[in-house]
Amino acid sequence: MPKCKYDWPEAGERRLIGKRISRIDGPVKSSGRAKYSYDVNLPGMLCAKMLGCPYAHAKIVSIDTSEAEKLPGVKVVRVIQGPGTEIQWEGDEVVAVAAVTEEIAEDALSKIKVEYEQLPHLVHEEVLTEVGDRGKPAAEIKSGDPDAAFKDKNSVISEGTYGASVIAHCCLEAHGGVYDWPDENTLVTWHSTQNVSGVPGQLAEALGIPAGNVRTICNYMGGGFGSKFGPDRWGMVGAQLAKEAGRPVKLMLPRDAELKLAGGRPSHFAKIRVVAKRDGTVTGWESDSWSTGGPGGGGMPPIPYVLEVPNRVMRHTSVATNIGPTRAWRAPNHPQACLLTMAALDDSAAKLNMDALEFFYKNAGLAGERGEIYRQELRIAADLAGWKNFWHPRGDKTPGPIKRGLGMSMHTWGGRGHNSNCTVTIQPDGSVEVALGSQDLGTGTRTVIALSAAETFGLPIEAITVRIGDSKDPASGASGGSTTVGGVSSSTRRGSVDALEAFLAKLAPSFGVEASALEAANGYVRVKADPSQRLTWKQACAKLGVTPIQASGKNPGPCNLISSGVGGVQIADVSVDTETGLVKINKFVAVQDCGLILDMKTAESQCYGAIIMGITYSLFEEKIMDRVTGRMLNPNMEFYKLAGIGDIGEIIVHMMTGPGYDERGVIGLGEPPVISPGAAISNAVANAIGVRVPTIPITPQKVLAALQKGGKA
Amino acid sequence: MSRKKDKPRKTAEEIAALSRRDFLKGAGVAVSGGLLAGDAVGVAAPEMAGQVLGPGPVPFKLHINGKAYKVNLEPRVTLLDALRNHLDLTGAKKVCDRGTCGSCTVLLDDKPVYACGVLAIEAAGHRITTIEGLSHGDHLHPVMEAFVEHDAQQCGFCTPGFVMSCKAFLDRHPNPTPEEIEKGLGGNLCRCGTYVGVRQAVMDAAKAMKGGRSHA
Repeated sequence: MPKCKYDWPEAGERRLIGKRISRIDGPVKSSGRAKYSYDVNLPGMLCAKMLGCPYAHAKIVSIDTSEAEKLPGVKVVRVIQGPGTEIQWEGDEVVAVAAVTEEIAEDALSKIKVEYEQLPHLVHEEVLTEVGDRGKPAAEIKSGDPDAAFKDKNSVISEGTYGASVIAHCCLEAHGGVYDWPDENTLVTWHSTQNVSGVPGQLAEALGIPAGNVRTICNYMGGGFGSKFGPDRWGMVGAQLAKEAGRPVKLMLPRDAELKLAGGRPSHFAKIRVVAKRDGTVTGWESDSWSTGGPGGGGMPPIPYVLEVPNRVMRHTSVATNIGPTRAWRAPNHPQACLLTMAALDDSAAKLNMDALEFFYKNAGLAGERGEIYRQELRIAADLAGWKNFWHPRGDKTPGPIKRGLGMSMHTWGGRGHNSNCTVTIQPDGSVEVALGSQDLGTGTRTVIALSAAETFGLPIEAITVRIGDSKDPASGASGGSTTVGGVSSSTRRGSVDALEAFLAKLAPSFGVEASALEAANGYVRVKADPSQRLTWKQACAKLGVTPIQASGKNPGPCNLISSGVGGVQIADVSVDTETGLVKINKFVAVQDCGLILDMKTAESQCYGAIIMGITYSLFEEKIMDRVTGRMLNPNMEFYKLAGIGDIGEIIVHMMTGPGYDERGVIGLGEPPVISPGAAISNAVANAIGVRVPTIPITPQKVLAALQKGGKA
Repeated sequence: MSRKKDKPRKTAEEIAALSRRDFLKGAGVAVSGGLLAGDAVGVAAPEMAGQVLGPGPVPFKLHINGKAYKVNLEPRVTLLDALRNHLDLTGAKKVCDRGTCGSCTVLLDDKPVYACGVLAIEAAGHRITTIEGLSHGDHLHPVMEAFVEHDAQQCGFCTPGFVMSCKAFLDRHPNPTPEEIEKGLGGNLCRCGTYVGVRQAVMDAAKAMKGGRSHA
């Protein structure tokens, strides 16, 4: 059967795919030359700041900006939300100021007087009985016969309460950008975004100008994690201030606003009962979950996660709070669902006195067609973690205050590829450019684009110029849900194959053969049957005269270049100081499949990074809210804590490759490895100290409380 | 609401192509190049000693990467804001703005400092080295090369600060142990989670820097 012409090369023919390639924008980043949105400085540029509401729930009564307007250096004062508006979280933006310096803009904010009528707020939802009428029944799903499963006399029931608090995105490059109007009808935005091609349309609609008149440029962006898809209020306000001032405006959120406003992962809590046969077969699940994502409440997590327990009933309550707005957070809802499920199942295994590895291995069949992949991964992960040597039944019985434990978890994610268009150009001077309105969040998008083109043209990766980060280039999708690598690599592959085909057709006469008899390989264009008949790539391009070859590439398109659906297994090895409550990561093992890996180096980086982010949300991260004032108590980086270089232990990443994996095509990797750390670490802590710390982050205080409670029981 | 228009119009293409020189010209900053190490450094500080300065702008000089910059800034302006907002040296990043994350790390007389925690006027009279001063054209500092090789960067926003800290750390610990690395580089935070690469990069850069190559 003929191979589909755009297919990725077979294993033996790959020069670059699957190798360890350094990211192509590494030098420009490490030398500090990469210009992020925050770094754009334009002549005459103003600095904008926004005044936030100090209350978690309030109505604006009056606003007086007169003193601010009088301040020398202040150019525009703009009310964002006027009197009568009901504010739903602390920090929500009320007035914006643009001034000649950052300091003057700050001064101006302090001169604005806003009168509020305070309204009752709720910023704590971890105890469902305390949320009053803010909690609303939201869903009930039933499958099989859970009642019968729980009544079975030969089965064992375990139960517990588990949860994950609301956390922030904490992108190191804050949200915002630089906004400029070259003329009354044209807007240029250097907006920090995961959605270069999508921002102009959203802004244009709101501003009432044609979408084609808005251009978004984002060459480098300092982290998004799901929180930078839209223009956002600050994008709109920045554009409006710039128009009113007739000067460019930079509006970046300060760190406190970034943490309060610019993201938030919904909380998920659940009271869960699991029933299993004495041999470890899980037969039933019952959960009462609740969550919040702010004033809109929160939806039901996808539980039971990964493992489809046959008899199950899930009830959910949505809790409306004033904690702040919610946004997609890397693998939306999966880390929380994973924690709830894998912790409850791990408790079931403990109740059965079973080895957790054996228990999960036995139940992997509930994962459907991916069951066998999970079993393979469980075996590999257990070996790498030294499970046989270091795992023990609940509670480390060795003397001394430091207790060690191991815990595991399993996760899944989709993938596929977003819609992507690109232009591939071969120039007579030998240069090759791929251009598309995509963005590189730090995942290595530029690098996989270059790699896909270089592989196709038989050129070194340095020979490819990648132009992304400009909405003037062919539209490519937003970077979210691990869809980018699939989208951009396949559009690039298709565009490159077509460009090469056109190129070879043009060269065929000078070789005196059919185009199909030619190939591009190792930097040459040559006759397949007689490789000594060849031209260097540059010589061949020179034959184009003055006309470049250009082709468009698209995704979706013909041939199966991408796919969807991955499984991963992770094991945490921790030590817990039972005197201080401190949890230390000794070792963390991640085994992950993601189809055909384009660049092994950046793929592994995604896993390392996701695990470190996972360690952070498992042990440190939380929006700490003050019950009395409704304010966030830690809107800064000394108390909204990220793991440091000394907090992560040894991390081992094992990528599943080869037959059974490669032929599936490319699958994204941004989300999967960030899902399991919460559950794996929670299970490891329970294994170490013998009791479950019910919620993450697992702070020293919670560890000590769990020990105290466990000791009494 | 006030409305003041005083900007010369440029096309989108012109704006996109604006250089640092255009920005500095607009900002009224004077640069004198060719400053030798130690030359003229220390002049500005004694002049100001004992005076009450501000709150309005104060003229002084900053010595950055071997060049002297005359600036006129309010005393409350941080070194970080002076670099980024007034001198268009944007390698140092503004992230936490309160001395926690290390993304704005620069060297003050070879000592790493958080530029957000130093007033620009305090830095007068000191030798300031920013990430821009650590590479020359295509010639990267060994720490930068090691960051590329070990993929010690993802979004890259913490990276310049991390590189500066690593450079300063290696100057003091040419043969670092893993424990020293964890302690010595604990003042730089990364959200993407690049620490595994950073640990390898530091060990590798330590070897390269002992290879007898001289660097800024």
